[in-house]
Amino acid sequence: MSFVEYGDTIKDGDTAIVFLGHESMFPVKVQHGTVTQTKYGVIRHSTDLIGKKYGSKVTCSKGGWVFILHPTPELWTVNLPHRTQILYSTDISIITMMLELKPGSIVCESGTGSGSLSHALIRTVAPTGHLYTVEFHQQRAEKAQEEFREHGVEHLVTVTNQDVCKNGFGVSNIADAVFLDIPSPWEAIGHAKSALKAEGGRICSFSPCIEQVQRTCLAMEEYGFTEINTLEILLRVYNVRTISLQIPDLGKAAEDNSSTGFDSSNPSHQGSPCANLQQGTVQFKSGVPLREVVGHTGYLTFATKS
Amino acid sequence: RKIIFEKQWFYLDNAIGHIYGTTFEVTSGGNLQPKQEVEETTTETKEAGTDNRNIVDDGKSQKLTHDDIKALKDKGIKGQEIVQQLIENSTTFRDKTEFAQDKYIKKKKKKYEAVITIVKPSTRILSTMYYAREPGKINHLRYDTLAQMLTLGNIHAGNKMIVMETCAGLVLGAVMERMGGYGSIIQMYPGGGPVRAATSCFGFPKPFFDNLHEFPLSKVQSLLSGTFTTETLPADPEENALLEEESNGLAEEKQASLQETEEEPTTEAALEINPTEEQEAMDINAEDVEFKENKEKENKENVREKQIKQWERRKKLLEAAALLREKNADGLIVASKFHPTPLLLSLLEFVAPSRPFVVYCQYKEPLLDCYTKLRERGGVINLKLSETWLRNYQVLPDRSHPKLTMSGGGGYLLSGITVVLDKGKSDSSNSEALKMEEPSSKRCKLQDLPC
Repeated sequence: MSFVEYGDTIKDGDTAIVFLGHESMFPVKVQHGTVTQTKYGVIRHSTDLIGKKYGSKVTCSKGGWVFILHPTPELWTVNLPHRTQILYSTDISIITMMLELKPGSIVCESGTGSGSLSHALIRTVAPTGHLYTVEFHQQRAEKAQEEFREHGVEHLVTVTNQDVCKNGFGVSNIADAVFLDIPSPWEAIGHAKSALKAEGGRICSFSPCIEQVQRTCLAMEEYGFTEINTLEILLRVYNVRTISLQIPDLGKAAEDNSSTGFDSSNPSHQGSPCANLQQGTVQFKSGVPLREVVGHTGYLTFATKS
Repeated sequence: RKIIFEKQWFYLDNAIGHIYGTTFEVTSGGNLQPKQEVEETTTETKEAGTDNRNIVDDGKSQKLTHDDIKALKDKGIKGQEIVQQLIENSTTFRDKTEFAQDKYIKKKKKKYEAVITIVKPSTRILSTMYYAREPGKINHLRYDTLAQMLTLGNIHAGNKMIVMETCAGLVLGAVMERMGGYGSIIQMYPGGGPVRAATSCFGFPKPFFDNLHEFPLSKVQSLLSGTFTTETLPADPEENALLEEESNGLAEEKQASLQETEEEPTTEAALEINPTEEQEAMDINAEDVEFKENKEKENKENVREKQIKQWERRKKLLEAAALLREKNADGLIVASKFHPTPLLLSLLEFVAPSRPFVVYCQYKEPLLDCYTKLRERGGVINLKLSETWLRNYQVLPDRSHPKLTMSGGGGYLLSGITVVLDKGKSDSSNSEALKMEEPSSKRCKLQDLPC
């Protein structure tokens, strides 16, 4: 396996995702002789995992079972060990498209943080592109480097431990795109501009607060960036439920012929409802929003250098 | 060639040789290249009011009449000067607040200073443009939703993707861009052939098309049941060999001519026009029609070439069938006007386990149905029905606020991951699992699959 290339079977040293159901999962490093404990019992790597196909059902010692999945940046994002706040796939996807990333793109990123976005960027620019990522926190920088090695993407990324606001990205005139997720992005706009190719490129800055966005936009304008555009993207997830609503008793039981017509015809637009008149309920399928959803992650400001 | 855009017409000849992102001003017929950055109209009139308590809308604040303005325009006076004139002849301008003056100037500039920017085509540009201009042609697939699809589908170089879309080829183009010519794509198409009007706007290099296959949707069932091969076996091996020899010579010729016709659309597609804010582009249809016309002409010219094309098409079809038959695709992307359930139930058979799939639908209800049917079928986990909201902001000093909410119109996504399909027993990783009610014939077929 690798994060940038699909493999069929699980091998020693792979990072795999153990899927327990109900969106509960965790990553596991596959190693001969190692065991992993789950609530369904023990998984023995040598016999239960190595050599099996990704996507297989693995029976654990207590008779319960799990699925073993091929790692992807998206699965990694929801399973990685947090060292910082991270970006989730919803924001990552719009960033990737708006920065016009594709195989071969050269990208600069700061800070590396927990490497959630980094993995997605590497996936997209592989096999010919490169990611230059700058993290001023030494421990985080080292940890990220270690993960990239484990995930077989080391050759596609350069981690630099320095302060991007002071020292920039350590490269100049080579990037197609720059991404900033730092507390004071306006201090790095100048460095971003010099990291971008002479013929131009795209930039994106992620900030939770509108004051940060304001200062960033001013800095972008000052440095001659064009097409400055700020947006926010929110994910709504729906649970699929079969709902039954009771028909109120309006005392019309006697003339139930007319009410029958009403009950069965009205909800029939909804797909496959069935009116159970004896119990006085109507059933239908609905996409119900989660009780609590993420209301704000951050503002994304995009601009073009041309 | 004359091109009409936003009530302006112009020739593109002058734009050649400039870098992407260059801004042009339209004169009578041709293109001029003005400075990258026009000197910001010096607001030497620093006079400004503080509020609008004394501003009355009497309709007489502008001293220039409609005819005066027309006369100015007819004289071919620069737009910038017209705007200046309008400002000078507005009695209320000085009383307006600084912000309102700003807004006034911006509005007038938009109207009188016709500038266009030519930019390079990309998924960002084209999907934004299609959503703004032709949402009906792409089933109202908003660009942020498309972005989600590409990410959820883990689209990257080296994949073997199955794409079923009726979005004018926009989704296909987006997938192609992300794969950068590495790996292969099998496009499933309804009707007589795949639509790729939007795909051609990307200006992809020729090699990107080498591993782009297409397969008719109407043959999927026969391919699944194994009756496909006998039906469309190449007729005579001898004839095939002969044709192959001939086609070798002709192929090059064809390639050359193709490149010629492609060259032009590329630069055209590259034309992305930008009157101030909105990203829009010229009519793609005209170009598509022209392309088709060219094709038709060629056909008339040479009947034999047509035969060879037909044979090549069949060869490609068989290649696509072989690729599908391996049943090891790395993902499935569906975005069509059809009901997603039957598409998913059939096409998922071609996808390897532990691979993502994403279905787009403009409406939520068909995806609710699809969700339930996939649960019944099994072989999928992590099913998720979602939607994204997109909000744009105006960010200006002391004037920052959300611009417009785009909600509901962007469509819905159902995504998940394939897993090895359980033989015999219905698969269920959660308590919601439902008993199979699939017809038994289907079940048998599923069991026969070498997983």
